[in-house]
Amino acid sequence: MDTAIEVSKAVVLLDRFPALAELDLTLPEGSVSLIQGPNGAGKTTLLRLLAGLVTLESGRATVLGLDVATERRRIRAAVGLLAPTAMLYGDLTVGENLEFWTRLAGDRSGSIDAALERVGLSDLGDQSVASLSTGQRRRAALAAVALRRPRLWLLDEPHAGLDQAGRTVVDELVGDAIAAGATVLVASHELDRVRPLATHVVTIAGGTARRVEVLPSTSSGRSAEAGR
Amino acid sequence: MRPSTSSRATRLLGAALTVGLVVLGLFAFVFTEADLVQLDAVRLLYVHVPVAILSYVGFSVCAFGSAMVLWKRSTWWDITAAAGAELGVLFAGLTLVTGAIWGRPIWNTWWEWGDVRLMTTLMMFLVYVGYLAYRRVVPAADVRARRSAIIGLVGVLNIPIVNRSVEWWESRTLHQKSTLGELKIEDLTLFTLMLGMVVFALVFAWLMIHRFRVGWLEHQAETVGLVAAMAERRAQRDAEIDEALAHPGVSSGSDR
Amino acid sequence: MRVLWAIAEKDLRIEVRSKVVASQVLPFAMIVLVLFGLALDADRATLRSFTPGLYWVAVLFAAILAIQRSVSVETASSAFEALRLSGAAGWQVFGGKALAVAAQLLAVEAVMALGVVVLYRSSFDDPVLVVTAAVGATVAISAAGSLYGVLAVGMGVRDTILPMLLLPILAPVLVAATRAFDDGLGTAAVNGWSWCGLLAFFAGVYLVVGGAAYSVVLEDA
Repeated sequence: MDTAIEVSKAVVLLDRFPALAELDLTLPEGSVSLIQGPNGAGKTTLLRLLAGLVTLESGRATVLGLDVATERRRIRAAVGLLAPTAMLYGDLTVGENLEFWTRLAGDRSGSIDAALERVGLSDLGDQSVASLSTGQRRRAALAAVALRRPRLWLLDEPHAGLDQAGRTVVDELVGDAIAAGATVLVASHELDRVRPLATHVVTIAGGTARRVEVLPSTSSGRSAEAGR
Repeated sequence: MRPSTSSRATRLLGAALTVGLVVLGLFAFVFTEADLVQLDAVRLLYVHVPVAILSYVGFSVCAFGSAMVLWKRSTWWDITAAAGAELGVLFAGLTLVTGAIWGRPIWNTWWEWGDVRLMTTLMMFLVYVGYLAYRRVVPAADVRARRSAIIGLVGVLNIPIVNRSVEWWESRTLHQKSTLGELKIEDLTLFTLMLGMVVFALVFAWLMIHRFRVGWLEHQAETVGLVAAMAERRAQRDAEIDEALAHPGVSSGSDR
Repeated sequence: MRVLWAIAEKDLRIEVRSKVVASQVLPFAMIVLVLFGLALDADRATLRSFTPGLYWVAVLFAAILAIQRSVSVETASSAFEALRLSGAAGWQVFGGKALAVAAQLLAVEAVMALGVVVLYRSSFDDPVLVVTAAVGATVAISAAGSLYGVLAVGMGVRDTILPMLLLPILAPVLVAATRAFDDGLGTAAVNGWSWCGLLAFFAGVYLVVGGAAYSVVLEDA
């Protein structure tokens, strides 16, 4: 199996603060990784690095075989990031938001109606995002990510703010992603929820990856390396 | 030993310019005569003309440095650009002030709209004051370097634009009436003017070197701080981590 | 280009929904015109001859607000990040947002034109010249403003630093637009069309510079 992510001694600075302090991580394609760690550990920064949104101060990182330093645009086209903030325009409806983002991504996206149905928002397609609850906005953001059909899913606290039904939606979408052969990283504090789905558990602390566990329930081929 | 920005070179330079300033003062106030038309106000020219020229040198340094920052992404050029802008603003301010003081008895006005050089200098002054204000607002060094480089470059684009539009705007310009050629320039006046040029160029160089070195020291301090910060960050003990993982907070908090 | 249009359309659609420019920026511009009238306390003839200058100063103030609004639409929803993720090129985002700002400004200017006819008793002797000058100036203002607007993104003091950076840059545009309007309104004997040429030049310069520089800035937004 190919390597989806290879990070070596990555240092990422946020306003001179070393959010990632020489982080090493390798994950194979098709894996589902739970990224756990205390607050401020660097989980969000790691996801953003893999999405091609932040620059490396030093070190190397390749995502799906693409170098973060030189091929950021191609990386961004291949990943889907679910961020803590919704990245949706409040004044537009859910449908208009999804339409806009798929227009920017080109025509290689799926049907908006199908996506809305998958996340359980079929009735709210014509409602403005500002009038939605946090959980509903979350689902809309999930639909936006799913529409991109990314090869790498980066989910930052996907269950936060969702009710029971919403959480099930997240789990189902992760299942869809796995079935499509994508790689998934989930940064979450809800360890009990995500562990059953995961093939790897990565512990992040102090800007480094302290431990990488390979879970026995799924076969993931090549084992991941831990950085010290 | 505390870091210092002076060196043998700058001390020599400083000595030279101190002597030069004294000599210039003598020439400007004692040896040369007052102009027939402009009387004593002409003495201001020995300061006004050099600082005007040097302000544009400063802005050019900033513009060139900004271009290099965008091309090479180099901190050295970023510090140079910032230093150039600071000196440019300083000297432009001096230009405007000495010009106004000189203009009052000569043109009978502190200020004149429609004068090309006046407008251009004022515009550059404002643009680069904005540049400096902007640099103070952005904390991250590389982001600040790139963004202010754009402001620095676009700012200098304005020089020909303002020049052109003001020339069209008012066909008359007071500056033309009083170019250097119109002054009765005898040898001594010319010499003093050249002397002024040299002395203020030395002042400019001396300030530039010091300002650059201060900037470089700041940059080094940041780098040192980074190494320490990294060590501290990695030092979070395993026991603490396991503790935190055992009791994950319900709130997701603000993650980095 | 498709992406550019999509972004412009999105911004305009948001304006149609939220009506911020129509309900806040436009009234502000009109209030500025009224304040000028009050402050100058002048007879009709004086106001009439000052109209071009007063008009364009008021437009510049309105433009600051419109640009701040254009930027805040994105920052409110972390959309600049999403735009980067979407793979849109810098010049496409720049072009789309500048186009939307220009459209909104032109609408505001049209209403303001009515305003100066009523308040200052101006008359538009040469409407073609006036419209051409307005379009040229507006494109220059929107282009420069969109670039400086995104430069100010992420800074805590965005609101106060934007005018400080932008207005000195736009001062020549103010001069040129005022002169062109002087001709178009018949308040001074100048060659308005040559000033229009200068405005077209500014517009071109800022479109090119903005498009080229935007991707650099967007990376850090």
